[in-house]
Amino acid sequence: MPSLQPILDDLSKRFEEQIDEIRAAAPNEIYLHTRMEIIPALCAYFYRKWNGRLAGVFADDAREDDGVFYVYYQFALDRSGGFFIGRIPIADGKPELISLTNAVPAVNWQEREIQDLFGIELIGHPNPRRCALHDDWPQVHPLRKDFDLKTQMAPFIGERHQFRRVEGEGVFQVPVGPVHAGIIEPGHFLFSVAGEPILNLQIRLFYTHKGTEKLFENLPVEHGVTLAESISGDSSFAHATAFCHAVERAAGVEVPQRGRVLRSVCLELERIYNHIADIGAIATDVAFVVANAHAMRLKERVLRVNELLTGNRLLRGMSCLGGIRRDWSAPQILALERMLDELAPEFDSLVALIYGSSSTRERLQTTGFLSPQTALDLGIVGIGGRASGFDHDLRRDYPHDAYDQVKVAVPVYTVGDVFHRMQVRIDEVRESMRLICELVSKLSEGPIRVPIGTIPAGQVALGYVEGWRGEIYHWIRTLPGNRLGRCKIKDPSLQNWPAMSEAVMGNIIPDFPVINKSFNLSYSGTDR
Amino acid sequence: MFEILKKSLATGIVTTDYPQGAAEVSDAARGEPDISKATLTDARLGAAACPTSAIAFEPGDRAATLSLDRCAFCGLCAEAALSIRMTNRWQLAALRKEDLKRTVRWGASVADTAGYSTDPKTGVEQIGGHLRSEINRLFGRSLHIREVDAGSCNGCEIEIGGLNSPIYDIERFGIHFAASPRHADMLLVTGPVSRNMELALRKTYDAMPGPKLVVAVGACGCSGGIFGKNYASLGGVDSVLPVDVYIPGCPPNPYALLHGILLAIRT
Repeated sequence: MPSLQPILDDLSKRFEEQIDEIRAAAPNEIYLHTRMEIIPALCAYFYRKWNGRLAGVFADDAREDDGVFYVYYQFALDRSGGFFIGRIPIADGKPELISLTNAVPAVNWQEREIQDLFGIELIGHPNPRRCALHDDWPQVHPLRKDFDLKTQMAPFIGERHQFRRVEGEGVFQVPVGPVHAGIIEPGHFLFSVAGEPILNLQIRLFYTHKGTEKLFENLPVEHGVTLAESISGDSSFAHATAFCHAVERAAGVEVPQRGRVLRSVCLELERIYNHIADIGAIATDVAFVVANAHAMRLKERVLRVNELLTGNRLLRGMSCLGGIRRDWSAPQILALERMLDELAPEFDSLVALIYGSSSTRERLQTTGFLSPQTALDLGIVGIGGRASGFDHDLRRDYPHDAYDQVKVAVPVYTVGDVFHRMQVRIDEVRESMRLICELVSKLSEGPIRVPIGTIPAGQVALGYVEGWRGEIYHWIRTLPGNRLGRCKIKDPSLQNWPAMSEAVMGNIIPDFPVINKSFNLSYSGTDR
Repeated sequence: MFEILKKSLATGIVTTDYPQGAAEVSDAARGEPDISKATLTDARLGAAACPTSAIAFEPGDRAATLSLDRCAFCGLCAEAALSIRMTNRWQLAALRKEDLKRTVRWGASVADTAGYSTDPKTGVEQIGGHLRSEINRLFGRSLHIREVDAGSCNGCEIEIGGLNSPIYDIERFGIHFAASPRHADMLLVTGPVSRNMELALRKTYDAMPGPKLVVAVGACGCSGGIFGKNYASLGGVDSVLPVDVYIPGCPPNPYALLHGILLAIRT
């Protein structure tokens, strides 16, 4: 990992008095305590000078202790492997925040979420309407400390959301959802079309908002692991592990080697079963259902091995603070290896089946194009990012768990269509199978977990995991008694949804399902 | 085309013969926790370790009750308490919430446990036999299901999607997933009902023609699960709609889903 010292030196020189304090919570997690008016310059500095990006914006209600709200700006400097987190105080009374959305569109929803959940008013935001709380909600700010989790509100009789109107001769609008035709999560999509091509897509989410972040503040930290498994069901293990990383950092605990390797293997199993399911679903959405039947058959094999290894098909109940909950016996590892041996040729055959169907290729190529420039502007991460030129993966750039002991090959394409988002998955499944074999060969005898002990109060810590969908962040602030004052969850989907609106432009509505599936973003992970 | 057919023929039939045959569930799978032999001390430890507060005590500590509708099957209780054991029993769906309670009693006499016998009326082997005639009678040879995620984490959806796979193949029973509630006989609902989904769920239910069935899926659908009732969550599905069958699990595996769906038709 390159040293962050040159960046720190340059930063101190450039900003001098403008940064009140520089504090390293961990070697790659540096906090910069500063003021709101400095943030735009700091943001430009990281983007231009260090090729950084704003990976997250979130707030914390610290009025009880410090009399202010804090807003945090998490910059990721991928080439240096470091996170620089700017912290600014927001005075109570009439709290206001200068919006960065015009410069960094990626923070659009995140800023609006802060406005909804903390009641901090955005200044200069291009579209400062409700987001996390729908328009019919009363004026409440659930993440403020003086708002009780269990607050029961009267039935809502507020207003309905007003979508933007798209007008013109022959233009009409097609509303879809929140209840969809398939077995998927709820969200509302409003298409404006002129004839067949889509002119505009408005996405309305947060239907599954269930108070998850607030709930973390009300649970003992051990139970937070179970809650983290329910943030996004298909990423149960990745979210739980990101949460564990954050708590382990705050507690100053190192996970033993065997535990780290088993964690990485589970993360790869999660990646494999989801990618195979997506490849099948992409085939289904262009009516190649036979390929999906084969894909589901293969996915089922992985799920059954998951169950054998962890007691749960979705890898639940495996994560714990300080390591992992159950060790694997030699027969279990053998079953894993045998499954991979059988899966590899079957997977190749499935891919050949899809490649071999010209009508399938025809539907996937050039469909749902997301240009590298747009992806960069919107800060698209994960599969969608890698298919549109963003060469990035936390496993390689900020190695967590056992990824510092293996070389992770990251597939990157610049074509940015549905076909290449599928291709990223195909490459990653193969790489994951290889990684598991390599990781298993590194397994040595030893403990799989260590006790977490008493977590010091007043710590802040960032946990991160490259899930199958992209980068997952959990940021926590600790309280006495192993409890949390705040747990901020960032699923890659929150960052990636706006890419959908761009990618569908000019495509026809019948291609929307396959474009949607090619990103396969989490609704629950976004809504929380 | 030839390649596609060749591959299909080479693959053969992969569908489970459940419910006529046995389900293939690993011994390692975590199903119903067995608290029948729990001591008071252990039950206390188990209750403290439970993230969903699924173990509750009677006043005076004479009995402890495990609510399977709340259970996330995480196994933390069994880790904390020596006398609680995780079994791989997964066939847990029930018509009434009371049937999902497992109570252990302590008193002067020997521990008296209730609720452990598998009710023969809900055994799926029996259900399988009656199924065809029931579907014929009620729904004219087919049952259509509309699935609604009312706030779920998407875990249950992964397993419900599995019912359409060639392994579980729910269509062999004449059961189909319908795109519209207007074509549906059964509403399969997951998730704690979020405030933002309440209206959509009610409207979907209202759009269905009668007679209609509602099946609540998963710990969240059955009881609100770890989310419970809070400012954004209304709790289990039965806080909004009348529920006919509860399918516990986090998530329930596809066999458990089949069992619960068949149970709903059987009644």
